[in-house]
Amino acid sequence: MIKHRLIRGGAVLIIIGFIHTAALGFTLEQFHFDSAQQETTFRELIGKLRCLVCQNESLAGSQAELAQDLRREVYEMLRAGKSEQEVISFLTTRYGDFILYDPPLKPSTYVLWFGPIILISIAAVFMLRLLLRGRSPLNRNDALDPQEQQRLNQLLAATIADPNNPTASSTIAEKSHP
Amino acid sequence: MTIQSKRLSLFVLPLAIFIALVGLLLFGLTQDPREVPSPLIGKSIPTFNTPDLIDPSRQVTDAELRGHITLFNVWASWCPACKAEHPMLMQLAQQAGIQLIGLNWKDERSAALQVINSTGNPYLFIGYDRDNRVGLDWGVYGAPETFIIDRAGIIRHKHIGPIDQTVWDDTLAPLIKTLQAEPHSP
Repeated sequence: MIKHRLIRGGAVLIIIGFIHTAALGFTLEQFHFDSAQQETTFRELIGKLRCLVCQNESLAGSQAELAQDLRREVYEMLRAGKSEQEVISFLTTRYGDFILYDPPLKPSTYVLWFGPIILISIAAVFMLRLLLRGRSPLNRNDALDPQEQQRLNQLLAATIADPNNPTASSTIAEKSHP
Repeated sequence: MTIQSKRLSLFVLPLAIFIALVGLLLFGLTQDPREVPSPLIGKSIPTFNTPDLIDPSRQVTDAELRGHITLFNVWASWCPACKAEHPMLMQLAQQAGIQLIGLNWKDERSAALQVINSTGNPYLFIGYDRDNRVGLDWGVYGAPETFIIDRAGIIRHKHIGPIDQTVWDDTLAPLIKTLQAEPHSP
């Protein structure tokens, strides 16, 4: 039983391995570059661009037909001597910033860029306040409120005025002779 | 602050934050992440020049789209959603005041012609864009997609996915009505 499973698992792994290398081979074979630099630019660029069909894949990783078309377009533009920036602006005017994994900083993306920092700052302020309050005994809020203070004064006054009062004196006695 | 109100705020505040978060996430669920907003809205239509699907000897160009209120519909024979919207397009072809231009996208000519011959042709012209040259300039990333273009040749709306009666009644028909009310520009 276990042996069978192992064999089956191994076969699946081998098949996955083949599929993977086939896919890699496809993208690598398709393009020929003028220089190593151009190829590096191409690889970097298609890694930064999102495939709009399978949105969690980059153009480099996706085998969707649209990704193949866009790879071809990027390749042709680079071969034609276009710069990386020109390719990016070509694609964003057609498909929008959505095609970039790294969204540009502009008013509509301020929340995206600064939101987390602002939230963390607010959380940090609250946490600091909490930590400082817990550490310093002076800041601890154990002062008596006016009602409690009045009751205390009453009790103290009653004890002093009537030392024979058993309840009052016992209270004082417990406190003064531990 | 009394102890009671402090307790209450400790209870109410996280609850309020939780409800706000749930609201935000629910809103997120109603958004379709596959609907990427087109940066072409409000811009002039891209120029193109591509063979006619039915008569390859003539060219379909952006000039066809100017001067009329146009539904520019991207479709393909391999796309089931296009089949689903086809009867709706046939119906829209009867509408006065709008013209339908098709773009047969990443398709085989024979397969596309078979669809047109068997189910009817709602389009005035169909451009044949086998290699996605035209589609790329229009930012097409799937089929069907429909662009609404005003008389001045400005893209006013992009609908991603099939047009059904609801889409037409709620979104496209009111838009076309406003476009028709706009004065003819020279």
